[in-house]
Amino acid sequence: MLTKRIIPCLDVKGGRVVKGVRYRDLQDAGDPVELAAFYNEQGADEIVFYDITASSDERGIMQEVVERTADQVFIPLTVGGGLRTVEDMRRMLESGADKVSINTAAVQNPHLITEGAERFGSQCIILGMDAKRVPDVSPPRWGVFTHTGTGGGRPTNLDAVEWAVQAVTLGAGEIVVNSIDADGTQSGYDIELLHAISTVVTVPVVASGGAGAPEDLYQALVEGKADAVLAASIFHYGTYSIQEVKKYLAAKGIPIRI
Amino acid sequence: MITIIDYGAGNLRSVVNAIARLGYQTKITSNADDVLAAKVLILPGVGAAGDTMANLNRLQLTGPINQYISDGKPFLGICVGLQVLFTGTEEGGWHDCLDIIPGKVRRLPDGQKIPHMGWNQVKQVTPHPIFEGIPDETNFYFVHSYYVDPDDKALVAGETEYGITFCSVITHGNLVATQFHPERSGEAGLRIYNNFLKLAMAGKEVI
Repeated sequence: MLTKRIIPCLDVKGGRVVKGVRYRDLQDAGDPVELAAFYNEQGADEIVFYDITASSDERGIMQEVVERTADQVFIPLTVGGGLRTVEDMRRMLESGADKVSINTAAVQNPHLITEGAERFGSQCIILGMDAKRVPDVSPPRWGVFTHTGTGGGRPTNLDAVEWAVQAVTLGAGEIVVNSIDADGTQSGYDIELLHAISTVVTVPVVASGGAGAPEDLYQALVEGKADAVLAASIFHYGTYSIQEVKKYLAAKGIPIRI
Repeated sequence: MITIIDYGAGNLRSVVNAIARLGYQTKITSNADDVLAAKVLILPGVGAAGDTMANLNRLQLTGPINQYISDGKPFLGICVGLQVLFTGTEEGGWHDCLDIIPGKVRRLPDGQKIPHMGWNQVKQVTPHPIFEGIPDETNFYFVHSYYVDPDDKALVAGETEYGITFCSVITHGNLVATQFHPERSGEAGLRIYNNFLKLAMAGKEVI
């Protein structure tokens, strides 16, 4: 049986791992290559690097981080953040990334998903989506935001569920659903959002934003019907180890690679 | 020399890194003479089998790969490197493949998330030295939407469940091929490479 994946996400800025609450108050959490190797030993199923550097001169630093990581970590590696073109994707894949995640560039130019999928295969093109609840509507709806990596975020006219469906049609092989409302709060994933997307798309869905305790991951997998869970703070600050989380989930009957 | 075929697919670096970790040197090539002169040949792959075949044809490598394998020399195929060994694939309409192993490459059944992406167990249906030191039902990393269906089921060494039971490891003489990515499967994956290379470098028949 296919196991559910536990994925530590490392936000990288200028070659260092950072993690802020709701994208602010960045704190230094370490060297990305060391952390990736550490998580690999702990049993992480994949690693995600999210480059929150906006300037292109620092893109080279990210590429070097990816290369050094790929030299010593033998589990899948996804890189996202600031990728604008097929050429940007190619550079990261050749540096050793297995998948690339695009968000703002895909909203601005949806055809980029198709171009990437045709060139490298759907399995390496991930749509990273930042969604925020529309206040006071029932049933609930979520709007898609861009430019979240560099603070604040900008609203779009896209509906999160519709955008997810469209991205799959265009060729996305996986969708990372990040809740802006929940990100960094450690008060749980947005389960309704996950469920709404997971039940309408045919590709795997990765939950992101809000993990504070192992129960949160359990809910995202069971109630949110996610195929994988991404978490940052709880792992980086050692609140829970990956092994602890995996044992908790396995004991509750979730298929997990221990 | 361990020779890795470069036909423009993405994940070459991770294959090279995994083998380097085990202490072996590799040569990366897209040259027909290098393929024929190889002592050990590895065909990695991601993406679609049809595209891979188009690239191999463009580089005039299909003949040399066929020749190399029919000479009985050690060969490892990974993911699409497994699929192209078959008669043909249904991906994106019918595409002829190398036809070294009779059988078809078919789409995974609907009702599951596709691609099949993540860690899944490999059931060892045939005892084989490629599995040495690897417990039965060990998890390996898969990313694919199509699976191989060999006419001769005796070639199936490993099986995996995803909506159906499909062949995830093929062994045939000195040929080994996996649907999963050993270079992305942590310690167990490195062991697959190590087992294969130990057998191949010793000049022993893998089977």
